[in-house]
Amino acid sequence: MRNVYGWLLLTPAAILLIGFTHYPAVATLYDSFFSTGTVVRPSRFVGLANYAALADDPIFWQVLRNNLYFAAATIPTSIAIAMLMAIWVNDRLPARALVRMSYFTPTILPMVAVANLWLFFYTPQIGLIDKFGALFGAASHNWLGDPSTVLACLAVMTVWKEAGFFMIFYLAALQSLPPEIEEAAKIEGASRWYFFRRVTFPLLMPTTLFVLVNATINSFKLVDHLFILTKGGPDNASNLLLYYIYQVAFSFFETSYASTLTVVLLAMLAAMAIVQFLLIEKRVHYR
Amino acid sequence: MRVLDRELPLLETAAAWLLAILWVAPLAYAFWAAFHPAAMATHFDLFGPLTLDNFRKAWTYAPFPRHFLNTVILVTMVLAAQLVLCTLAGFAFARFDFAGRNIAFGLVLVQLMVMPEVLIVENYITMSKLGLVDTILGIGLPYMASAFGIFLMRQTFKTIPRELEDAARVEGCSMMGVLWRVYVPLARPTYLAYALVSVSYHWNNFLWPLIITNSVNTRPLTVGLAIFGAPESGVDWAVISAGTLMAVSPLLVAFLLFQRQFMQSFMQAGIK
Repeated sequence: MRNVYGWLLLTPAAILLIGFTHYPAVATLYDSFFSTGTVVRPSRFVGLANYAALADDPIFWQVLRNNLYFAAATIPTSIAIAMLMAIWVNDRLPARALVRMSYFTPTILPMVAVANLWLFFYTPQIGLIDKFGALFGAASHNWLGDPSTVLACLAVMTVWKEAGFFMIFYLAALQSLPPEIEEAAKIEGASRWYFFRRVTFPLLMPTTLFVLVNATINSFKLVDHLFILTKGGPDNASNLLLYYIYQVAFSFFETSYASTLTVVLLAMLAAMAIVQFLLIEKRVHYR
Repeated sequence: MRVLDRELPLLETAAAWLLAILWVAPLAYAFWAAFHPAAMATHFDLFGPLTLDNFRKAWTYAPFPRHFLNTVILVTMVLAAQLVLCTLAGFAFARFDFAGRNIAFGLVLVQLMVMPEVLIVENYITMSKLGLVDTILGIGLPYMASAFGIFLMRQTFKTIPRELEDAARVEGCSMMGVLWRVYVPLARPTYLAYALVSVSYHWNNFLWPLIITNSVNTRPLTVGLAIFGAPESGVDWAVISAGTLMAVSPLLVAFLLFQRQFMQSFMQAGIK
């Protein structure tokens, strides 16, 4: 009886989960071994041909490099800033609630809106950065049109968007630290910097690892801003994996190749899942 | 609350303030641009004339009322379905010892990593088979069985003492009666937290809605905003700012009013 009841309650959710998570994940893998069907040439089994094409696709490698660069640029920076923010608003300062709110606000904005706002900073000549630069005689620069600056521009924007979100995890961790530690350090006469370096920072390590995994996942999943700011350009200089999948599937209509790319993305997410699982196991030892 | 509530050193207070100003600047700037004539967007004058013209223009340039309506329908529909589905599934995982429970739970958690927006290619094919391309239901359907929601409800229901359930059963309450009269009311704070996260997520979601919709009658705000704000559309900056602010204002206002609740909910959502 409990068997029947249990499965009955689960069924509606299970159907949707299987339909839109498990089935498509398996179908993606399956489709990656077939050619894209057209009216004249139906889809056929091609073995690893799509993967061979992937290995030979310079755009794929560039997109992957971009993604790694983007992750390396945004993650440590947002973590450092988030930690600073949390330490600051954890102590008493004038208008603490207002400061905390300022830090967190970008989190609740949609990435599309954020991109709209930041587009105006980066626009050449009339954009705010160029206007500001002009005051000091700097030449106008096409920030998003130059392959050497475009990813950095996107990274800055992403840090702005995400740091406040990570801050709340550090804030929670700081508030759960026993106050005796700080009292003891005070009695010992430890400086603020020394206390941070030797006590707070190591104690925040589990939070840092947790944020690290989440930030890495986000760096692969969040591509909304590309639609507004660069469309992956110039010449794929700012293209990221998920956006490339979108282009291949919905602009070039190469469904099978898009599936092959999706398999790579799924593999990355699976790797992150394993890392996260191992970290959760480990986290117990800190408590 | 905390025993040791230290005063932040002066230098760091200044730095914290500077960072806060830096952090609100983009938004503050958008407000400035939206409430001033277009010519002033790049030309500061503290006492420049205020205007609502940009909002009026944005409202008529793009079908904003329709986008608003679509988004409201979308988030309401998704949340309602999520609450029902996640409550039932969470209850099953928390209180029924059925065969294959642990495997089923593991399979549910897969969705925490593999969100529907990663599987855009296959989900689009499924939706076209179901005839749900360009419908609001098509946007919401992949999100309705939320692994996060199921997990959250399971954890909450597990903390509710069995004795309460037993007492209700003695009084003659049915299984569904127990769920409705005992578990659901006691889980109210969790529902609130989950609702905040879900509404924010779907209000802001972009990639999947963009792919699955192709007409004004189904596009939510984010997609409308992207089309509206595209440089090709030739709309001037002040109007784009106004449109962007309109799109984010409901969430922004809700956040300003219920800050603490928002931050706590987002945190719960992150930690899982």
